[in-house]
Amino acid sequence: MAQNQAKQAYAAGAHPDLPPPVRTTGPVGWIRANLLSSPLNITLTLLSAWLLWSIVPPVLNWALFDAIWSAIDRKDCWAQMDEPRAGACWAFIRGSFRLFIYGWYPEPERWRVNVAFVLLLLAIVGVLRDNLPGKKYWLWFAVAFPFIGAWLIVGGFGLTPVGTQKLGGILLTVIIGVTGITFSLPLGIALALGRRSKLPALRAVCVIFIEFIRGVPLITLLFVASTMLTYFLPPGSTFDLLMRVLIMVTLFSAAYIAEVVRGGLQGLSSGQYEAADSLGLTYWKAHRLIILPQALKISIPGIVNTFIGLYKDSVLVLIIGMMDILGLGRARLNDPDWLGLAPELYLFIALFFFLCCFSMARYSLSLEKKLETGHAQ
Amino acid sequence: MAQTPPSTPNFLLRLWRNEGSRGVIIQIVTMVVLFALIAAIARNVVVNLAEVGKEFSFGFLVWPAAYDIGFSPFIEYTNQSTHLRAAVVGLLNTLLVAVCGCVLASVLGFALGIMRLSSNWLVSKISYVFVEFVRNVPVLIHILAIYSLVVTLLPPAKKAIDVGAGAFFLSNRGFYTPSPVFEPGAGLVGIAIILAIVIAVVFRRWAKRVQDQTGKAYPVFWISAAIIIALPGIAFLAAGMPLSWDIPALKGFNFKGGMAIKPEFLALCLALSYYTACFISEIVRAGILAISRGQSEAAHALGLQNNRTLQLIVIPQALRVIVPPLCSQYLNLTKNSSLAIAIGYMDITATIGGISLMQTGKEMETMIIVMGVYLVISLIISSFMNWFNQRIKLTER
Repeated sequence: MAQNQAKQAYAAGAHPDLPPPVRTTGPVGWIRANLLSSPLNITLTLLSAWLLWSIVPPVLNWALFDAIWSAIDRKDCWAQMDEPRAGACWAFIRGSFRLFIYGWYPEPERWRVNVAFVLLLLAIVGVLRDNLPGKKYWLWFAVAFPFIGAWLIVGGFGLTPVGTQKLGGILLTVIIGVTGITFSLPLGIALALGRRSKLPALRAVCVIFIEFIRGVPLITLLFVASTMLTYFLPPGSTFDLLMRVLIMVTLFSAAYIAEVVRGGLQGLSSGQYEAADSLGLTYWKAHRLIILPQALKISIPGIVNTFIGLYKDSVLVLIIGMMDILGLGRARLNDPDWLGLAPELYLFIALFFFLCCFSMARYSLSLEKKLETGHAQ
Repeated sequence: MAQTPPSTPNFLLRLWRNEGSRGVIIQIVTMVVLFALIAAIARNVVVNLAEVGKEFSFGFLVWPAAYDIGFSPFIEYTNQSTHLRAAVVGLLNTLLVAVCGCVLASVLGFALGIMRLSSNWLVSKISYVFVEFVRNVPVLIHILAIYSLVVTLLPPAKKAIDVGAGAFFLSNRGFYTPSPVFEPGAGLVGIAIILAIVIAVVFRRWAKRVQDQTGKAYPVFWISAAIIIALPGIAFLAAGMPLSWDIPALKGFNFKGGMAIKPEFLALCLALSYYTACFISEIVRAGILAISRGQSEAAHALGLQNNRTLQLIVIPQALRVIVPPLCSQYLNLTKNSSLAIAIGYMDITATIGGISLMQTGKEMETMIIVMGVYLVISLIISSFMNWFNQRIKLTER
C-alpha cells in the first residue's frame, strides 16, 4: 500500500500537466457553458431549437430543394413540381434578370452600363483600400466618377443619348444611391458647419432647413418633386424627373448627415479649436487640418448608417412611378405568365439590398477599428 | 524717420478683413440671396398658377371628397363628406398605426435586445441574425411582402381560421375580434376607472413623502394595482354588468359584427413594428451595456436586493442612454407610416396628399397640409424628448 503511493509521488514541480477536464473545455464544455448552464438556459435552448426546426427546413425546402430553376412560365414551373407544389419558381427571376439589371436601356448600348459598373467598382476599391500606389489619383478618379458615369449612361458628347425614362432596375437604384452618397456628404458637412457658425442669420437658415427636412417623410418630398416643383421654376422650363428626384434625395440625406457631423463636431473638446486658433490658423485651415479630420472620424458610424438609410430609401421612388428594382419587379408580377410569384420577387430584392447594406455596415465597423487611435485604456 | 504707414488697402478690403464686419457682410449677402430666391419662386408660382388657371386657396377643403375610405374606426365618414373630414380621418389613421406600431416595436425591441445579450448562444445568435437581416432591407419591401403574405396565404372569409373560442377569426379580409357594446350604466365604470387612477397617484405621492420622512416603505405597486382593479370591478358589478360583446359571425361571403382589423392595417403595423424593433433592440443593448458592472456591484454592496438594484440603479441610468434615440425611432416609425400609400391604407398621405390631390389638383395646398401635420407631430415628439433629457440630465457638482 505504501509502495503504491510512492509510485505516484513526483518530485516537487515535476508533475506532468494533466489534460483539462473534459466537462469544461472543448465542444462539450462550450455546449455546457453556452447552452445548458441552468434550467432556464436549457428551456431557452430547447425553445430556440424548436423554433429553428419549424422555420429553417421548410424555408430551405421551398427556396432550394423543391425549387424550379428553369421554366418558360408559371404553368411550366407547376408542371415540373411534385404534388404539394411547395417550391419556389426561380425561373421567374432568371427570366427577368437582365430587365432587373438594365431596365429598358437599349440593348446595343448596354456595354456602357457595364463599363460604368466596372468603373464604379474601381472607384469604390480606390476609396476604400489604403495601400494602393497613387492613392491621390484614385481619390480624384472617385470624385470624377459620378460625372464620368453620368456621361456614360445618359450619353451625349459623342455617345448616343439615352432618355432617363429608359433607366430602371438595379441601374436606377445604384444611380440614386451613388449620386445621393457623393453629393450629400459635402452638402451635409457644409450644413453642419453652418449650424455651428457664429453668424446668427447663417445659423438660422441652416437650422430651419435641417429641421424641416428631418421633420417630414421622404415620400412627401418626392411628391413635391414630382407634382409641385415645376411651379417653382420659370414658366415654360421643364426639368427632368430623375434630376428632380436626385436633388430631393440628396437634400434629404444631407440634412441627416449634417446632424451626424454636428454630433462629431460637438464631440471634439474645445481645446482643439483653441489650439488651432493659437497656431494662427484661419477658419478654413483650422477646419481642414484639425477639426474635420477628427470630427469625421468620430462620425463615421453615423455617416455610414445614413448612407445605408439613403440606399434603402431609394426604393420609395416607386411610389411616384419610377421603375427602380422594386417598381420593375412589381410590374413584372402583373405579367399573366408569372402571376402570384411575389414571395420569390421580394426575397430576391431583399437579398440584393441585404448584400449591399450589410457589407457597407461591416466595412464601417472595420474602419472604426482601424481608425481607433488608442484612447481606450 | 517717419515709419511708412502700412499700405492702406481700400475701404472695402478693410471691411472684409475685419472679423466683425465680415460676418455682417456674409449674413447680409446670404439674406439677400435667400430672399431673392424666395421672391423669384413666389413670382414663378403666381405666374405658373395663373397660366393653368388655378388659384391658391384652401377653399377646396369644404368640397365633398367623393371617394371612399375603407377604414375609419373613429369618426363617421361617407363619400359625401368634405376633404377636411377625409384629412382628419387620414390623420387619425396615421396616429393609430403610429401608436400601435410604437407599442409593439418597443415590446419586441426590448425583447430582441435582451435576447441578444443572453448568455445562451443560440438565443443570442437568433436575435442577431433576425436583426441584421431585417434592418438591412428597406421597410417598404417588408410592408409589401407582409401584405402579400397576408392577402395570399390567409384563407378567404368562408374558410377563416378560428384562432380563439369561435370569437377571433383570421382571413384575408382581416382579423375579426369581438367588439364591446356599452349599455347604459357603463359611464359609472368609466368614472370609477378615472377615480381609481387619481387615488393611486395621490397614494403614491403620500407614500413617497412618508418614506422620505420616516423611512417606512409601502408596497406602492401592489396597493395601486389593487385599487385600479378593484374599484372599477366593484362599479361594474354595482351597475349590473353594463357590457356585452358583439361577436363576429360569418354571413354570406364576409363576417358581420365585431371589430374588423383590415389586412392593410395589420400588414403595415406588423412590418413597421418589427422593422423598428430591430433598431430599438440595438439601442437597448447599447443602453444596458453602457451601465458598468460596478454600478450594480455597488448597489449590492449597499445591501439592495436584485429587483431594487434594477429598479433604482440600473434602469434609471440605462434610460438616460436609451430614451433619446428611442424617441427618434418613434419619430422614424411615424414618418415611415406614410408608406401606407403603397398598400392602400388610408393615412394622411394617402387621403389628402394622394386622392384629394389628384381629384382637386391642389398640389400646393395639400402638400402644405401633409407636411405641416408631420412637422407638428415631429415637433411634439422632439419637444417631449428635450423635456425628458432636461429632467434626467446628470446633475454634476
